[in-house]
Amino acid sequence: MLYGTRLRALSIATLVTMIAALGLAFFYAPMDADQGFMQKIFYVHVPMAMVALCGFVFGGIMAIQHLRTGDARYDMRSYVAIHLSLILGVGVLLTGAIWAKASWGHWWVWDEPTLVSFLIVFLLYATYQPMRFSIEDREKQSRYASVFAIIAGAFVPLNFLAVRLAQAYTHPRVFATADGGLPAKMQLPFYLSLLGMAMLYVTLWRYEMASKNTSAKLRSLRRKLGGDEAVAPVGRTAAPTLPSA
Amino acid sequence: MILAQTTPALPDNTGYVAAAYLVFLALVLIYVVIMASKLSRFERELTELNELADRDAHRSSAPGPSMEPEQEAARR
Repeated sequence: MLYGTRLRALSIATLVTMIAALGLAFFYAPMDADQGFMQKIFYVHVPMAMVALCGFVFGGIMAIQHLRTGDARYDMRSYVAIHLSLILGVGVLLTGAIWAKASWGHWWVWDEPTLVSFLIVFLLYATYQPMRFSIEDREKQSRYASVFAIIAGAFVPLNFLAVRLAQAYTHPRVFATADGGLPAKMQLPFYLSLLGMAMLYVTLWRYEMASKNTSAKLRSLRRKLGGDEAVAPVGRTAAPTLPSA
Repeated sequence: MILAQTTPALPDNTGYVAAAYLVFLALVLIYVVIMASKLSRFERELTELNELADRDAHRSSAPGPSMEPEQEAARR
């Protein structure tokens, strides 16, 4: 079995948590007096943004480990973490735009620090894969990519700070208890959504890692069985190569 | 945030909410489809490698040298 039983259990747990979170968000959480039904977007948009940003930081931590140990597996972990966060980032921008249109009548508002700072982080990371692709030497590619991931990862907390310091409180202050804090009945669905999203991220990350490992093992097996000529050479790619490949 | 006592006066933005959740669902589905296609590629490769291993086993069990010495060395 390629993916193991633990990953299957994690996948099922993720699905159950996400369905429970969805159920609570729609049937348990009260309707917001100001925004009404459209506030339900909050339960998918905000957890997705938080998990995406944490994923970028995780990518930076893995990159530190890569530079410390020189182990290519850490580079792969960092690459997959950033790759997944970018996908979630696309979701954040799209759901945010939909929420903005519903709430303010515009798809995008440039004077909102939360939105613009997230866009900056997203665009910064959007250059990660082209940057990797532009470096032909595999060794240099992984080292430069790790340096990038660390610096960009350190920049990410600024996004949280920007949200905190923002004057226009368009997003609810989740952890505050007064003046805009989440009511208790909204907290449970929100935290469960956050947990579900984090579990989804971990599940997909592990699937992607398992897929990369399997691919490397298959290449290695093909080389053992058919010799070097049986293995197609790895062309120029942004993805790291694992040692067994 | 103030909780509403009644809902009739609230704006109906069901379409936007549905669109936001559909975007999320679509992203996850696209990802799962890509993963599924990768998995089927792995299965194809595994079948190929299995056949290759069977052929190798046949050759090594057959009498006489199965390969030229240079080929054998290259294989190792």
